[in-house]
Amino acid sequence: MHDILAGVQGFMYPNEIELQWSILIVLYPYLTGLVAGAFILASLVEVLDVHALKPTYRLALLTALAFLIVAPLPLQMHLGHPERSLSMYLTPHRESAMAMFGFVYLWYLMAVLVLEIWLDYRAQIVEWSKTATGWKRWAYKAMTLGVDEVTPRSREIDHKLQRFLTIIGIPSAFLLHGYVGFIFGSIKANPWWSTPLMPIVFLFSAIVSGIAMILLLYMVLSWFRQRAPDMRCLDVTASFLLAAFIVDFGLEMLDLIHRIYEADESFHALDFMVRTQLYLPHIVIQIMLGTIVPILLLGFVKLVKVSEAARKGAYAVAAVLTLIGIFAMRWNVVIGGQLFSKSFLGYTTYKMELVHREGLLPAILLMILPFVILWFLTRLLPPFDDHGAEAKGGL
Amino acid sequence: MAPDRREFLAQSGKLLVLTSLASAAWEYVLAGTPEDAPGYRLDAHWWGMAIDIERCIGCGNCVRACKTENDVPLEAAYFRTWVERYRVPPIDPQHPQVEPNPEVDSPNGGYDGFPDKDPRGEGWKTFFVPKLCNHCAHSPCVQVCPIGATFESPDGVVLVDKKRCLGCRYCVQACPYGCRFIDPRTHTADKCTLCYHRITRGLTTACCEACPTGARLLVDLKNPNDPVHAFLKNNSIQVLKPNMATGAKVYYRGLDGAVR
Repeated sequence: MHDILAGVQGFMYPNEIELQWSILIVLYPYLTGLVAGAFILASLVEVLDVHALKPTYRLALLTALAFLIVAPLPLQMHLGHPERSLSMYLTPHRESAMAMFGFVYLWYLMAVLVLEIWLDYRAQIVEWSKTATGWKRWAYKAMTLGVDEVTPRSREIDHKLQRFLTIIGIPSAFLLHGYVGFIFGSIKANPWWSTPLMPIVFLFSAIVSGIAMILLLYMVLSWFRQRAPDMRCLDVTASFLLAAFIVDFGLEMLDLIHRIYEADESFHALDFMVRTQLYLPHIVIQIMLGTIVPILLLGFVKLVKVSEAARKGAYAVAAVLTLIGIFAMRWNVVIGGQLFSKSFLGYTTYKMELVHREGLLPAILLMILPFVILWFLTRLLPPFDDHGAEAKGGL
Repeated sequence: MAPDRREFLAQSGKLLVLTSLASAAWEYVLAGTPEDAPGYRLDAHWWGMAIDIERCIGCGNCVRACKTENDVPLEAAYFRTWVERYRVPPIDPQHPQVEPNPEVDSPNGGYDGFPDKDPRGEGWKTFFVPKLCNHCAHSPCVQVCPIGATFESPDGVVLVDKKRCLGCRYCVQACPYGCRFIDPRTHTADKCTLCYHRITRGLTTACCEACPTGARLLVDLKNPNDPVHAFLKNNSIQVLKPNMATGAKVYYRGLDGAVR
């Protein structure tokens, strides 16, 4: 308690001294953002027929699934009574934004993502259920759900359904992450969060982070497989990343300019916070390194003709910086929103422990877990066809 | 030397009786007062509080009474009620355009009073502001609770069902007044109950009872004879952060514009 009190500057309401939402709650929007972004990138193949992105189609879907499986874990670990979490499904409070999380999550997981992946792989699952050996054979058999009919007609139906699912999947992905933004944006008590732009800023930053993750994963996995990545796919993915980034940055700047111009009662408190405690994570990491540098890098290789190797390098650097920048954005929203007093008269500090239920170590483990799940998923449902060209995805 | 069998049995018997009694007494303490409030009608009341800033002397009696009555953790980060001291500097005639920043403190929530008198000098305005849950009629904390574990009772008191609370802390974030905390012992949300266990039996709250100057007054807005009606009529009254439109029911007389 003495440590926390020592970190207080000015006046905080006494109950505000302890931060309520830790790094685990930073992870929650980060993970759901990656899910939504990866799914929207995959949807471009199905809905807008962006064929250049086909090599990453399956990878994007599996990545979305891996991250979606982990997304509720930080929330669960953060609860004072995790054993009561089922009551969010059984007795939800309909006026609460948070109450809907379980339903939005389940809808997205089961009705959209799992079904879409299943339909995409169904023909191969049936084939593998006959050719695979050992536990995999049983796994594939279970995954056929007892349907092993693979005819041109059945594939056509699969594909129609898949397209339909993608079409409802896009608003669902928007809903999933826009909703996470709403959880913060609707808290009128907190001026750092309370803005109607929050859901849309969250959404675009989600798209940015998801695309960057797939871009990076595709390059890394290609390197592991010792295959050259499809350069056209990389270029198109990077173009989409740049476009989403420009919208995202525009929205964030709009929010910033609006705050500065309006300068309401909270402005001085927030301004001071951004110039001091949040200077490094907000100005340096989020805006400069995590946004402006990747935008310039992506824009430069788009405007100036550079070699494939240089483009790949630029994409990798831009993707890594983007992922760091978007993480910093989540950090600045969640932690930044708790550093100042609602009296606007003081500030507290966030002291993160290493080995603690809500400390750095569990956060790191939770960030590694989706990659472990993704590794397992790619073993079970290979996203690339290493015997021929890249897996086509869909038909 | 080992005790003989008779002595051993006698001692064991005493120990057994004492342990049983202590256990029964502890059960009783844990359960609180077991009786319901007979004759109490939920629909006959609409509770709130009236606070007279000019009467508050910052003695901290209310904070101590509240912590004792409601078993609030004694650490300096957990308060159902607390007292703030505002010291507002005068406007500098040389620089009248500079808005004076108030100095605010609440050492240990005012639990020990404000022993440091620290007069700031000529022209400074010093006063105390007792704070507690505003038992809002449109509570943001109630709105956000994902499972309805925090709720407005029909008699206008915002309460937490600790047996259901998930400990998600969303309500703590949503309260504009900083009135909620997470009890480190139960890992659930905690806040002022307006001493619900007392007021439903016709008593006043612990803080009101302990206040030596009558600065705090429990009020029942549904009771036409309650002095609150005269208090509201005859004084300039303000609630905290009226722009939040929460329907706050803690009414302050003499609340300075500097108070947040």
